[in-house]
Amino acid sequence: MNRVREAIRNSTAKLFETMFAALREIFDEAPYARFLNRTGMESSSKAYAAFRREFEEAKIRRPKCC
Amino acid sequence: MLLWNETQMHKTLGILAWVTVALLGAVAVATVALHRGEPINALWLVTAAACCYAIAYRFYSKFIAAKVLTLDGQRATPAERLENGRDFLVTNKWVVFGHHFAAIAGPGPLVGPVLAAQFGYLPGTMWVLAGAVFAGCVQDFVILLFSVRRDGKSLTEMAKDEIGPIGGFVAYLAVIAILTILLGVVALIVVNALKSSPWATFTIAMTMPVALLMGVYLRRIRPGKVLEVSALGFILVLAAIWGGQYVSQSPALAQMFTFSAPTLAILIMVYGFAASALPVWLLLAPRDYLSTFVKLGTIGLLAVGIVALHPTLHMPALTRFVDGTGPVFAGKIFPFAFITIACGAISGFHALISSGTTPKMIARETETRMVGYGAMTCESAVAIMAIIAACVMEPGVYFAINSPSGIVGQEPATAAATISAWGFPVTAPQMQALARAVGEQTLYNRTGGAPAFAVGMAHIFSHSLGGETLMALWYHFAIMFEALFILTILDAGTRVARFMVQDALGHVYKPLGRTSWYPSILATSALIVAMWGYFLWQGVKDPLGGINSLWPLFGISNQLLATVALCVATTIIIKLHRARYAAVTLAPLAWLVAVTFTASWQKIFDASPRVGFLAQARVLEAAPATASTMRLIFNNRLDAAVTGILVLMVTLVLFESVRQWLGILLGTKEVRLKESPFVRTRLAMEEQG
Repeated sequence: MNRVREAIRNSTAKLFETMFAALREIFDEAPYARFLNRTGMESSSKAYAAFRREFEEAKIRRPKCC
Repeated sequence: MLLWNETQMHKTLGILAWVTVALLGAVAVATVALHRGEPINALWLVTAAACCYAIAYRFYSKFIAAKVLTLDGQRATPAERLENGRDFLVTNKWVVFGHHFAAIAGPGPLVGPVLAAQFGYLPGTMWVLAGAVFAGCVQDFVILLFSVRRDGKSLTEMAKDEIGPIGGFVAYLAVIAILTILLGVVALIVVNALKSSPWATFTIAMTMPVALLMGVYLRRIRPGKVLEVSALGFILVLAAIWGGQYVSQSPALAQMFTFSAPTLAILIMVYGFAASALPVWLLLAPRDYLSTFVKLGTIGLLAVGIVALHPTLHMPALTRFVDGTGPVFAGKIFPFAFITIACGAISGFHALISSGTTPKMIARETETRMVGYGAMTCESAVAIMAIIAACVMEPGVYFAINSPSGIVGQEPATAAATISAWGFPVTAPQMQALARAVGEQTLYNRTGGAPAFAVGMAHIFSHSLGGETLMALWYHFAIMFEALFILTILDAGTRVARFMVQDALGHVYKPLGRTSWYPSILATSALIVAMWGYFLWQGVKDPLGGINSLWPLFGISNQLLATVALCVATTIIIKLHRARYAAVTLAPLAWLVAVTFTASWQKIFDASPRVGFLAQARVLEAAPATASTMRLIFNNRLDAAVTGILVLMVTLVLFESVRQWLGILLGTKEVRLKESPFVRTRLAMEEQG
């Protein structure tokens, strides 16, 4: 019984983890984290502005369906 | 022995489970198809859809993966080989799935099925199911895989490489045409939803300061915390919806936020230009996030609402308008039902996303099946929800909302009498009561599908949460959701089109191609806005509501792009020496050619002035010549010319493709595949330890 409960708990946690990761990707939080990692910058107003500038160049070419 | 028994038992249970799903699906589809007379419960549609998607995904997509595409889990994808932490990035398959679904799901699968509901619930449902599993999902899947095997190349590049320069040029032209017509038609939908509605206009106007606040929060207070600021923005937008009712009740404020259709059209064009030409990411990026947040939430909420409430559909399976005399748009079931519903069944635009960011994030080839085929089944499910939302209304109410005044008359009593005479009873007091319940002055002549979808959604939600008292809030929530999303498409689409035009003009005069050169930015932004603005203005001024001519034009251009995508896919399959499986893409291609070419022919040459552009121009020519009729004549001829040019271009691609196929099959042409070379993946080895 305990094993079943633990398995359910683990898979629920994994489900939420994946959903959160997907949301972070869709909402560009993960790309921002990668940008900080890549450039070695600390999160700040200046770093975020730099991220947006770089991101806009790619984003405006990114298609979005009707 | 025990192991053998266990394996055998699992296999038997699996077979039994799939037989059950197949039987349940067959019963549900048969019930949906054959049920006549009494209203039908929405759960039959939901069950039919769920079973069809499950069977198609489990068996058909697996067949395509194994036999046609021979997915190779050992082959490194561009995400792995070219990983740079920006565009190319190995990503968890569920994360890519979510990302891809968020990009393909727009207002299209909500609006198209609502418009096609004028034929009844049956044609739309059947096309959404069959179209998705045999055409749309297949297109998204194969284009995604072929792009993965070509370093994430775009559809336009693949068309150029595999079919020839004509293929690339037509794909490019089709994308520009679709974007132009799409932006014009979605802007028209917003105009029709907001005209004479102070509550809805106030709510949308409030999203601007909310987005600015979000921008400041993201930049100054908590840099990069998009999810938390989106949740905050969502709460503020809900407050704006709540506050909108007080605006509509105050005579002074209501007047301030009440605009006519032409005024709203001008405002939207100014917005589109500003969004494309000015560096206003502080406003645009937060709006984009906010609309995505609202979109994902609303789709989830609607799914839960439909399953929990399983409402009854009042629209008959088939209406009298299958004969082509429908008030929402003119034309018979074939071909018009199949171009009206694009995104929920097959949409050429998806091929751009399947060959855009998604192929650069796929970790293993084997994941393209789940992302490409799987995400499209979810999009198709959204279209089924839209059909349900449109068909829960009394048919008389549906037609009163969606019929233009040019057909049913200006006065409420005349409109109600006309619609009732069609066999769909509705009264002026009934419409007045409904308009009051949703907080609007009138619901007549609200063409475009968005208001009808909002009424249907409000109907479903108000039966579960808050009852009739919250109906107005739900209605305006739905309008806000659609308008917000469409405005995001307007600014993103105008920018995408601007960059495509700048790329092309750069070949003529280099500085024009520079995305940082302001004269070029201003000129190309103005050009793009003028192009879609022209179609918007045409729709606003059209006595038949604009949707009658513009939505089919959009449907035709979108499906023609799907034709190009399927030509590319079939060419590659034949080049891979798998011609015996070419029917997988050739059958939907043949169907699309039949649909789009028939629709185009009828839209240009049909003798009925409600269907044929040229026939309508001839009728107008016979009338006294005024400035207005002269403009309408020009518009009809322009629409006919645009349709003709698109068909001509796609015919060229088809011709080039068939020439390639015959050359390869007859052995007179050398096969030149432009795949990137095989490199063994490191990921499989890492997984094995």
